[in-house]
Amino acid sequence: MARKTALFAEHVAAGARMVDFGGWEMPLHYGSQIEEHHAVRRAAGVFDVSHMTVVDVAGPQALTWLQTLLANDAGRLESPGRGLYSCMLNPQGGVIDDLIVYRLSADGYRLIVNAATRDKDLAWMQAQAPARDFRLTERGEKIMLAVQGPAARQTAAACLPPALAQAALALPRFGCVADGPWFVARTGYTGEDGWEIVCVELAAGKALWRELLAAGLKPCGLGARDTLRLEAGLALYGQDLDEEHSPLSSGLGWTVAWEPASRRFIGRDALLAERERGPAEQLAGLLLLERGIMRHGQPVRTPAGGGVVTSGGFSPTLQQSIALARLPAGASGDCEVEIRGRRRRGRIVEPVFVRHGQPVAALRGQD
Amino acid sequence: MSEVPENLKYTSDHEWCRLEDDGSVTVGITDHAQQALGELVYVELPEVGAEFAAGDACAVVESVKAASDVYAPLGGEVVEVNEQLEGEPELVNSSPYDEGWLLRLTPADPAAMDELLDPENYEQVLAEASD
Repeated sequence: MARKTALFAEHVAAGARMVDFGGWEMPLHYGSQIEEHHAVRRAAGVFDVSHMTVVDVAGPQALTWLQTLLANDAGRLESPGRGLYSCMLNPQGGVIDDLIVYRLSADGYRLIVNAATRDKDLAWMQAQAPARDFRLTERGEKIMLAVQGPAARQTAAACLPPALAQAALALPRFGCVADGPWFVARTGYTGEDGWEIVCVELAAGKALWRELLAAGLKPCGLGARDTLRLEAGLALYGQDLDEEHSPLSSGLGWTVAWEPASRRFIGRDALLAERERGPAEQLAGLLLLERGIMRHGQPVRTPAGGGVVTSGGFSPTLQQSIALARLPAGASGDCEVEIRGRRRRGRIVEPVFVRHGQPVAALRGQD
Repeated sequence: MSEVPENLKYTSDHEWCRLEDDGSVTVGITDHAQQALGELVYVELPEVGAEFAAGDACAVVESVKAASDVYAPLGGEVVEVNEQLEGEPELVNSSPYDEGWLLRLTPADPAAMDELLDPENYEQVLAEASD
């Protein structure tokens, strides 16, 4: 039996086509995935992401534990109200999950991890926490909404309690504010500005969903979420990231905090060795120069050797197929993608296709 | 509910066929198929002159979600393809039985049309699939 979020009935009422996603029955779209995509690029949309896993950590040793657990350094969250993106690694340097860690208070932190990886993440976190002085609490009952798009914050602010709205509008990128049952962070997974909002009071969360729709935010499903994140070059765990590959070979070297060298995070030794010999692979962007659609799993041929499409699809903004692909390090220029038995010409590009609603400059005129 | 026009023949793979006055057969995918696929973003059609046996993959329709083969409902030679779909694949969604047609072929055996499903039989296929 697939799990349902507290907004299930709202989705059905809004005409959603529901699909199974990581054991959750989630909206794929509400009629047109492409219109939802454009709404987020041009105005604002709202996603139900209540299936995401929220874990709170509190106690005197919470930071010490996070500094062992995560490849990025939670010690950089100098004051409450800040967040950062990080990978959680196994000792071989493979990515167990990617997540955002927020600092809520002096010794309280919130981790937001993926839905499909919940069980293994929680088991891993527990296993790395022998006899430490802190509590690990999963926030099971909650509504989590992502409001995304150039108009999202201004429109959504009118739907939040006034004091919270004021604090939320003042947040820098990756900043967060907690207030009673509410939590608002200026983060997202679309490449647009916006907030991710958690509410642990279901009635208030449902009321917010209705008010956001009434205020003109377009309800958006997982389909648009996927094309938006692909255009933004944001990795999807399970496709672009996995336990067999390190952040260094997945385009996430920038999320590894090497300093201070005394911080012995899990996977550090493996990453150091990999950095020493140079990563064998990279996560690159691909632009298809011919007609067709690149899809996950399709082989790629480059002058530097073979690779594979990790995420592919149709970009509604660029009106052509784009992909993320795992390629040999150093591969650049033109390539061939094997699409349903036929070789099609592609070009290797930086893995960012759209930024703030616009195609990135380097891609203009390439077709 | 999806539309199943009375004047067409169908396959259990959700293609439709229409016999034209000149004896050629126009082929497309059904309303049910386009709904199940979602918004189409790419259609790959065969060359005019290509020959297919019944059941051969003769075209590809790709939605935002996935790619699907279209199978030739009957054997024959392709005499025309819907070139408008190159720029407007969404016509298959908005008008699956009219502007969204895929290709027209000359059947190798005109009697093969009789083997295809009648509208009521196709409705039954849809009813069984939704059980």
